Amino acid sequence: MESISFNEEGSLMKLEYDVLKEDFSRAGEASSKIKKVLMQLGIDSKIIRRIAIATYEAEINVAIHSEGGKIFVLVKDDKIEVLIEDVGPGIENVNLAMTEGYSTATQQVREMGFGAGMGLPNMKRCSDEFYIASKVGEYTKVKLVMNL
Amino acid sequence: MNDYWHSVILEEDYCNGCTHCLDRCPTQAIRIVDGKAKIINERCIDCGECLKVCPFKAKGALVDGLEMLDNFKFNIALPSISLYGQFSKEFEINKLFNCFYKLGFDFVFDVAYAADLLVSRQLKKLQNKGLQKPLISTFCPAVVRLIQLKYPSLIDHIIPLETPMEVAARIVRQEVMEKTGFSYDEIGIFYITECPAKITSIKKPVGIEKSYVDGALSIESIYAKLMKIYDELGSGRHIESVQQASAKGIGWGKVGGQSIAMGIENYMAVDGVEEVIKVLDKVESGRISDVDFIEAYSCVTGCVGGPLNVENPFIAKSRIRQLTTQYPQEVDLTKYADVEDSFFEWNQEIEPLQVMKLDSDIKVALQKMTKIEELFQHLPGINCGACGAPTCRALAEDIVMGRASFEDCVVLRNSKKEGSEG
Repeated sequence: MESISFNEEGSLMKLEYDVLKEDFSRAGEASSKIKKVLMQLGIDSKIIRRIAIATYEAEINVAIHSEGGKIFVLVKDDKIEVLIEDVGPGIENVNLAMTEGYSTATQQVREMGFGAGMGLPNMKRCSDEFYIASKVGEYTKVKLVMNL
Repeated sequence: MNDYWHSVILEEDYCNGCTHCLDRCPTQAIRIVDGKAKIINERCIDCGECLKVCPFKAKGALVDGLEMLDNFKFNIALPSISLYGQFSKEFEINKLFNCFYKLGFDFVFDVAYAADLLVSRQLKKLQNKGLQKPLISTFCPAVVRLIQLKYPSLIDHIIPLETPMEVAARIVRQEVMEKTGFSYDEIGIFYITECPAKITSIKKPVGIEKSYVDGALSIESIYAKLMKIYDELGSGRHIESVQQASAKGIGWGKVGGQSIAMGIENYMAVDGVEEVIKVLDKVESGRISDVDFIEAYSCVTGCVGGPLNVENPFIAKSRIRQLTTQYPQEVDLTKYADVEDSFFEWNQEIEPLQVMKLDSDIKVALQKMTKIEELFQHLPGINCGACGAPTCRALAEDIVMGRASFEDCVVLRNSKKEGSEG
């Protein structure tokens, strides 16, 4: 598995948001804020929408599965990079996790309308480049690239 | 007329510079400058929230007066569906419609009937697999403008159909022209409106070149006159049969009415602009997948909650609901069965309004953004509104955009003063 790096070189702006464990009431806040900033920058609305969908999925994923994490957004000349990293159980079988409909979410979480097993595949669908790295018992990192 | 014509205006004499409207404006379109509220035209969606909340009634809507009728040879009144909920049940709606003849109109058309005509066309759009779901209703023009302004990626979700007002005007103008021989310009069509956003849709329409409606009179401005005429309208006078809508068409007056009329289950009905914003946010983030249709209203309770109505929104909503149990569920629509679908549609692209953008050059926008962040860190963050901007962040934006200065912050000014005195 390739390692995921976040190259801040050439970055014009960096945004950073915390995502708390099991905090569903605030899930979506980071995605909303990111959306607002990108709109003020005049980024194409179709790209903003893809980023909104992907970061919302990311927030939910981190809130459900991990002990908490962060979302970073780097605005570059020709692309936007999103890095999501959390501390937590990691993903045992990444290929399985990338399968649509596969989910390890608890019944309780599913009853709240989350955990349908579409999170990661959806994030991948929204991005031009998608990287994931995970270490069981330690972390999961996801990097998304959207070309401008 | 400039690019950003609005019906919502400020009557300066009444404004004392309090900050009620600042807080309520969903698009942060208001600033207090020199002790008076100012509306930033590019951002205003004509929702009328400021109108509703102003304790001094300093906000108004640009409406027409009855003298406008003198400009035309034949005048038509289109009373909004909300009118059904504005009077207690002692008042019979058909007789109320007839009062418009006494006001000087030559013809009255029941807009709820135009809603009836739209129901089957809406259903057809929902079944069209080529259209992005959920489809969002165009009935509330403030919501359409909100989408243009803050959710441009959802423009593809706006249902390609006109509103009952516009459909009614199209039908009635054609029919009156055929019947009377008057030309297009000799006929005046006036919407009897509950809503400032609908006035803007007449003067500055979205999705069409020109509205078929010529002007708008507010319900509140003619309410007392209607009641008076109603009393004078004896039983002897010939009463025209104007009311022709079904319970379904009438139901459009309140939130949920469109979906109930279609008899669908997978819909969402949302009212109140703050809740609408939350729902649009969810749609944009792809969180609403089990719904095919959204009817969203800026006003609480739907159009019956419009600021130019007279009756309390919830009383009016209750009346509409009761009326939908009294009128027939189906009426004869065959007369218009063969009318082409395009007659009911808007036909010009709905453009995004990129007024939130800091600069057209992304590099400059980024610099401005960085500056905003920096300034924001120095502001107190209590969003008191005393500077005239709705939030500290909005002030930071205004400073960077050259619309305000750092000294406008009253809190910082005071703390500096205290510092120097101490």
